[in-house]
Parts: sequence; C-alpha cells; structure tokens
Amino acid sequence: MNLTSIPLEYYLALSSIIFVIGAAGVITRRNAIIIFMCIEMMLNAVNLTLVAFSAYLGDSAGQMFVFFVMAVAAAEAAVGLAIVLALFRSRQTVYVDEVNLMKW
Amino acid sequence: MNIQVVLFSLLAVVAIATGILLVTRRNPVSAAVSLIMHFFALAGLYLTLQAQFIAAVQILVYAGAIMVLVVFVIMLLNLGKEDALQEKFNPRTALAIAMSSALIMQMLLAFLSAPSGFNEIAPSAEKIGSPAEIGNVLFSGYIFPFEAISLLLLAAVMGSIILAKRNIED
Repeated sequence: MNLTSIPLEYYLALSSIIFVIGAAGVITRRNAIIIFMCIEMMLNAVNLTLVAFSAYLGDSAGQMFVFFVMAVAAAEAAVGLAIVLALFRSRQTVYVDEVNLMKW
Repeated sequence: MNIQVVLFSLLAVVAIATGILLVTRRNPVSAAVSLIMHFFALAGLYLTLQAQFIAAVQILVYAGAIMVLVVFVIMLLNLGKEDALQEKFNPRTALAIAMSSALIMQMLLAFLSAPSGFNEIAPSAEKIGSPAEIGNVLFSGYIFPFEAISLLLLAAVMGSIILAKRNIED
C-alpha cells in the first residue's frame, strides 16, 4: 500500500462502521429522539459512500443523490419530531417500549 | 505520512468516536452534541473528497437546521432527567454489540481484502464538487427530482404542522 493517497476502500470501510454503529443504536436505545438521531447518522454513512464513489469515479451523479438524500432527511426530521411531540402529548413518554398499543 | 492520510485518519477517528458516544450517552443533549461533532467530522471528510458544496450543505442543513430542531424538541419535552430512569440490563444490548462487531469485522474483511484499484481521487473531482458544476447538473439532468423534492418538503412542512397542533379542530 502506498501512503501517499487513500484508496477508495478506506472510505467504504469507514462508512460501513458508522452505519453499523447507527444500526446498533437503533436496536438498543429506547429513547425515540436518540433512535431518530441514529437514523440520521446511518443516512450520513450512506452519503459518505456516495460522495466517495462520486469523487473516485469522477461522476457527479453521486453528489446529486447526496443532495436529494439531505432534502429527504430534512423532511423526515420535521415529520419525525412532530410525531415524537404528538406521542409525548398523548402518552407523556418518548420511550418506544412504553408505546405498545399496536404490539402483537 | 502525508497530510491527506493524517487528515483522513483524524477525521475517521473523530467520526467513529462521536458515533459511539451518540449511541452510548444517557442524556439526550450530550448525544445531540456528539452528533453535531459527528456531522462536522463528516463535512471534513467530504472536503478531503473535494466535495466543497456538499460539505457546506452538510454543515448548513445537518449541523444547522436539523440539529437545532432536535435540540429544540429535547428542550421542549424536558428530557434531561433520563439518568433517574432505572436502566435495566437488557440482553438485547449485549447481543447487539456482539452482532454489530461481527458485522463490522466482516465488512472490513470484505472491503480491505480485495483492492478495488481506485487509489486516487479522479482528476475531475475538484470540478465536480464545485457549486457551479453542481448547479449545472442539478438544473439540467435532475430538474424533475428537484421539483419533486420541493413538493415533498411542502408536504412534510404541512404534515408536521398538522401533527404538532394541539387540537386539529381549532
């Protein structure tokens, strides 16, 4: 391995590590807001992959997709936090294991 | 060791460390602060990939807009006293740590054992990442998704207003 530049795989490995950390957070945490932040982190890991491929392949489509992912994440943030607010208003909790009305 | 390798290692360590902090912190506010630091580290990584515009948007949209919204909701719901909540040990947590470590190992093995041959950033990357080129491509090849995104944002804003309203009848 030459140490003058970073191969593409290093970015892919970093992004997969961040994605798995976020997925582990979604599984283990009970606070809805922290679960929501973990989802944002997973979206960011995917963005890093897209930008890395865009830069290494010299193709601008990857950065376009990152732009759209960011717009969807912003929309998701607004709706998700409004759902958390409505949930807190009706049940006085944001812990997902206390909200089990529809649990089988 | 040149500056590129040092920068990448530093930003990667910061990104992973703040990610682990986000998952492990009890207090939602400190989790939110570590997520903001994570977003800044990712913006730095985008800069090492010559994506200047995406790095700027990352800080504006994620570290600015989205995190302000999250912190605002945390303050509004007054969730600071999570430490008082008895956190019972859950076998789910141990299982999640074991399985995600296994998954990370497998992914690292898959990525690092087979070199892809892409060792250098493409020479055109600097041009691709500039705001002028992004705007050029966005408004020529991606005009329909761009308009669709504006509709989606409008629908999301209206939906969140309705969801957060106390009484819909008012």
